[in-house]
Parts: sequence; C-alpha cells; structure tokens
Amino acid sequence: MDWGSIFELSIRELIGVQAIVFALAAIGINIQFGYTGLLNFGQAAFAAVGGYGVAVIVTTYEMSFWLGIVVAIGAAVVLALLLGVPTLRLRADYLAIVTIAASEIVRLVGRSAWGRDVFGGSDGITGFSDTFYDLNPFTEPLEFGPFEFRERILWVMAVGWGLVALCTLMVWLLMRSPWGRVLKAIREDEDAVRSLGKNVYGYKMQSLVMGGVIGALAGIVYSLFQGAMQPDVYATNFTFFAYAILILGGAATVFGPVLGAAIVWFAFQFIDLTLRAAITNEYIPDWLMNQNDTGAVRFMLTGVVLVLLLVFRPQGILGDRREIALDAR
Amino acid sequence: MQKLARYLGALLAVLATVLLVAPVAGAQGTGETIHGTLEFQDAPVQGVTITVTSADGEEIGTAQTAADGTWEVPVPGPGDYTVVLDAATLPSTAPGVVRDTIETTVNPQQRKVVLFRVGTPEGDGEPSPGETSTPTDDEDESVTGTESGGAESEAGEDVTVTSGNNQLLQLFVSGLRFGLILGLAGLGLSLVFGTTGLTNFAHGELIVFGAVAALLLNQAGMPVLVAALLATVLSAVFGWGQDRGFWRPLRKKPTGLIALMIISIGVSLFLRYLTQFIIGGGRETYDEYTFQSPISIGPASITVRDLVIMGICVALLAAVALALTRTRIGKATRAVADNPALAAASGINVDRVITVVWTVGTGLAGLSGIFFGMIQGVDYLMGMRILLLVFAATILGGLGTAWGAMVGALVVGIFIEMSAYVVPSELKTAGVLVVLILILLVRPQGILGRRERIG
Repeated sequence: MDWGSIFELSIRELIGVQAIVFALAAIGINIQFGYTGLLNFGQAAFAAVGGYGVAVIVTTYEMSFWLGIVVAIGAAVVLALLLGVPTLRLRADYLAIVTIAASEIVRLVGRSAWGRDVFGGSDGITGFSDTFYDLNPFTEPLEFGPFEFRERILWVMAVGWGLVALCTLMVWLLMRSPWGRVLKAIREDEDAVRSLGKNVYGYKMQSLVMGGVIGALAGIVYSLFQGAMQPDVYATNFTFFAYAILILGGAATVFGPVLGAAIVWFAFQFIDLTLRAAITNEYIPDWLMNQNDTGAVRFMLTGVVLVLLLVFRPQGILGDRREIALDAR
Repeated sequence: MQKLARYLGALLAVLATVLLVAPVAGAQGTGETIHGTLEFQDAPVQGVTITVTSADGEEIGTAQTAADGTWEVPVPGPGDYTVVLDAATLPSTAPGVVRDTIETTVNPQQRKVVLFRVGTPEGDGEPSPGETSTPTDDEDESVTGTESGGAESEAGEDVTVTSGNNQLLQLFVSGLRFGLILGLAGLGLSLVFGTTGLTNFAHGELIVFGAVAALLLNQAGMPVLVAALLATVLSAVFGWGQDRGFWRPLRKKPTGLIALMIISIGVSLFLRYLTQFIIGGGRETYDEYTFQSPISIGPASITVRDLVIMGICVALLAAVALALTRTRIGKATRAVADNPALAAASGINVDRVITVVWTVGTGLAGLSGIFFGMIQGVDYLMGMRILLLVFAATILGGLGTAWGAMVGALVVGIFIEMSAYVVPSELKTAGVLVVLILILLVRPQGILGRRERIG
C-alpha cells in the first residue's frame, strides 16, 4: 500500500474545502447548541438557502453576484425567524424536530420538478461562480513540499479560511461580552435569566439567526467551490456531520468546531483511502466489502464515534465537562 | 391514561405514513412491465391499442385493453419509455384522450403504472406529444412519476390514481392504509418518549430493521409470510437487546436527555449505513405480495394484501390500546409515563416497564417496516423518510399522548395522500412538514395534547 500518497491526500483534507465548509457549519451550531443550548437539526437548510441564494440570483435571474450574497444571507435570516417564531418558546425537542423537517422541505422543494425553472431540479444550478473566480488574485499554483494547490482551490481556501477566522474571532469576542454571558446563562437556566429581566426569547432568536447566517456562509463557500448548487448535498447527514464535528472538537469552545472539522475530514479521507487500497490489494476479501462500500463505512464510523464521544467524553477534545449543558428542560 | 393514549396515537401516525405510499393497482409477477387500467366514466374501456417504444425509438410491444380495461406491456429492462395510446381505437362514446403520449421511466423490478385519461384532448383536440414534460394536471404529474434520481426518489412507489371521479376516494383509501401503518410504526416512538423522555431519532432504523430482516430471510429462501413473522420476532428481540444492552446502562449512568437524543442520532447513522453496507444502495423487493390485482369494494378498489395489512394494523392498534387500559403492565406503563418517580415509589418496576415498551414498540415498528417494504420496496433511506412523518404525526396529535398520536397518524396519512390531488406527488412530504410547522404556530400542544407538557 502506498502510505505516502495516502498520508499526502489525507493531510490535504486537513485544510481542504470540506473542512472549511463543515467548520463554518459547526461554528454556527456552536453558537446555537454549544452556547445557547438550542438544538438546531436543520443546519443543512441554512447552508442550502445560502447556496441557493447565490445560485438562483446569479443564474436564474441573471443579477449581480453581490446581490446574490446579500439575498443568501437575508434568506438565512428569514428562515431562522420562520423556524424560531413557532418553536423557541417550546421545549428543546420541538425546535429539533421542526428544524430537521425544514431542512427536508428545503431539499425536497429544491430538487422537485415543480420548481425546476427556479431551482434547477435534482441536477441543481451551475454557472454562478464566474464573478467569484474572476476576483482570484492567485495566478500560479502554490507548491509546498509534496503538496501542490491549484489557483482555483487556493482562492477558495483563502476566502474560506478567512471566513472561518473571522467567525471564530467573532465568536470569541461575543462570548466574552455581556451578550454572550446571557446566552450561556440561558443554556444553564432559562428561568433564572428570565427572572433577571432578560428577554430570553429575543436572545434565543438572535443566537438562532447568527448561527444560521454562518451556516449559510458554509453553503455559499461549498457551492462556489463546486461551481454547482446541488440540493442532495444538503440532506440531514450534513447537519449530523456538523454535530459530530462540533462534539468531537468540543462544544462551547471557540476552536472546537475548527479542530473537529480538520480531524474529521482527515480521518474520513485516511480511512477511505486505506480501505480502498486494502481492497485493491485484496487484504480485505471481496465478499466482505468492495469499493462502493467505503462510503457506508465512513458513515457507520461517524455514528459510532458520536455515540462513544457522548457516552465517554461529551466535552470533546477541547471542552470543559462542567460547561456543556446536555440536559433538556 | 391520556399519556398512553397519546403514545398510541403517535404510533398510528407512523403507520399511516407508510401505508400512504403503497400501491393499489398491480399484478403478480416479476420483471419490469408497464401497465395500467383504462376507464371512462367509471367503466372500463376495452379494445384500445397501446404501444410502448424505448427511448431510441424501437417498438417494445403493443397491448389491447382487456374487458376490465387493464393492459400490460413487458419491457426488457429499466429505462425511459414512451407509451402511446392510439386514439383511433377508442370507442365512439369516448371524446378522446387527454394526452395520448406519456413518457415514463421504469426502475429496476418496477411494474410501472401509466394511466391515460379519457376526456377532451389537450389543445382543442390536437394531441401534443411534445408537451409531456409539462403536465397540465396532477393526475398526469403522478402518472409520469416523480423525477428520477438517487435511491431517495420514491420512483419505486406505485401510483394509485384511477381515471374518473373516484380518484379522491382512492386517495383516501391509500391515505387510510398509510395512516394505519404509520400508527403502528409510531407507537414505539411515542411510548418510549412517554416512559423515558427520549426523542429517538433512531426509530426510523427500527422500522427498517424489520423490513431488512424479512428481506434477508426471504432472499435466503423463506416464504414472505414466514419471513415476516420471524422478522417481527427478531425486531422485538432487537428492541429488548437494545434497551437492556444499550439504553438502560445509559439511563443508569445517568445521561442527559439531549445527550441521549444526539446518541440516538449516532445510533441511527450507524444502523442506516450498516443497512446500506448489507443490502446496497438500491431498492429491493420481496418475491411475493409485491403486486396484486385490486378488487373492487363498492366504488373503491384495493388489493387483498392491503386489506389484510389494514386489518392487522387495526387489530394490533386496538390490542395495544386495550392492553394499555386493561392489563397490569399497561396500567404500569401509563403510570411510568405520567410520573416515573411516583410509579417507582408505588412499587412498579420501572425498568421492566421500559423494557417491555422497547420490546413491543420495536416489534411493531419492525412489522410496520415489513408492510412498508411490501408496498414500496426496501431501501436503506426509508427510515429517515418515515421518521419525519412519524414526528409530524406525533406532534400533530400531541407529543407524548398515545391516542393523539394515533389520530395524528391517520390525519397525516390521509392528508399526505389526498394532497397528491393538488400538489405534485414529489412535494407531498414537504407539504405535510409545512403543515406541521404551521400547527406549532397555532396549537403547539397538538390536537389532544395538554398545554403544560410543552413549555
């Protein structure tokens, strides 16, 4: 087996676009779940409206790319309000069920033949990323040891990691502000916060909106990288991955989502390539698994790791056990 | 008592969803075919020529509608086909056919239903074969099927539409069937939620477990009925083992409810992709009872299989309801659901009650999965699809109430099928979920829920 190339390709994923996208999605969930205790199981919907916002405005309606960005973020805000108004006053699991339902609604409408004229059906939308790549300042590939990054991916990574850094900085600043302390207090004891005269509902809504907008950024980055907006990328697994990443890195920590995303995508790629190599070299017999099964193994492992983490180390790698409130009210 | 009823209701809801998707029309057999029934004003139309050509223009076969209006053309394999009705062969009483050309996609092992509507042709009597991609009414939409796509599209589902006036009634019957199976599927979710507070996101995979166990036994050579019975028992054992070996230790640890919810997501991911690992990404079917010719009961037509399924569902739901109200363990279950600490203090063995709930709930969920599998085929993503409908039914009826959940299941089942009359069939699930969100705005406790349970 060619361990050199396996490690090389896996380490690329450590800082790759997938890691960026899921770091952003997990940062959003961190604000909602980690700090405020809101169970948003519909982060995929926020990412999808982000991607659709840009794609629909630019390709379907042939308007400006920048307007598309504004619409994408605006759509995420509207979605958060729509989901938050009926559920934020209710028990935690209501928000969970409604958000997961919303993410399926967005996906089903997006891939329907009924909305094909606007959303492109299950094939999705292409041809909206030209403005973005026209801005690319990189003119030649970057070589770094054994790694080589082409201009296009360099530009996506620069913008993506810039966004991750910005969002991380924002979370760090916000969570040490009085506003952030209220959020954490809501997570610990909602009634106590209410008795201090704070508008709990309002704070929860702000948290939901902010996390959703960061989720929309994840969708924008991913669809720009792919050059296509495909609805089936944003199935419920997208959200569950982001949760696994957040909990692995450490919920309610500033760097947890970023660390988790890097580790998870490194591990995915590494496991995938190792299994494929083992199958090719017939270390794993054909009756047990073939190349097509490696994807399923990756998801099975995600499930197992999620269970083990919550049972044995719910605070993840960076977290503080006392700080994570995993109790429903 | 009320709580128990709520739980039961949730189960019903799940059952209903499953049934909804089931086909009514069909004929026994294997291999891909395109078939349908031609009717005009509720009477079959005989002797009309229907021709099927493949995507590259080759003629596959021709059929004439029989005395009961049915016709069938076997096709060589999955792919895109064009079905053309020769309007010249229609009897003189019929004004024509709404669209004489329908393009359709046949999936592996599918017996695709294609229905022509007798009526005034589109465009003032001029057939417009080129416009088939823009159906002008919902029947045509469902006739040409949902968009082909990944394993997630419901392309394997059969179409229940019949031409003429009784389409709504037919949809109602499918809705009832779907609602009943949904109720069966949801009972376990609702009862487990009531007794332990766990919102089990892995419940969909418990439904799939039964379907897959029956499928594997069936593929190993067992007749479907034996396999189904054995798979139901296996599901119950699976539920028992899951509680004793996994959830009970977690409860003792103790683990918070939100942590348990996320753990259930991990379990669901693991089981779902284990299923994919075992049966692959495609849609599988049992080798019997997949398709049957419908019989007519009054104005509605239904297959014997569906009648039996609905009968079993009603009987089981009634049995659970009786058990909850009349037996010691049933009363103990309601007591635990109401207040676990008080139940324990009054001498009820709470752990035993929870184990019974897991065993029975998973067994019923597994059985509902087999029913769903008979109706729409088995694929590894069916659990997630059904789970969301179960949630919708449970919340609609009132989270944590058994009777409410049964009511919710029937409402969701009937609503989802009947909505196919006005919305494209591929969007009917989305429609139910939108209604779910709207209901939370108006009446968050659901139809039968109590207000204080939700705050």
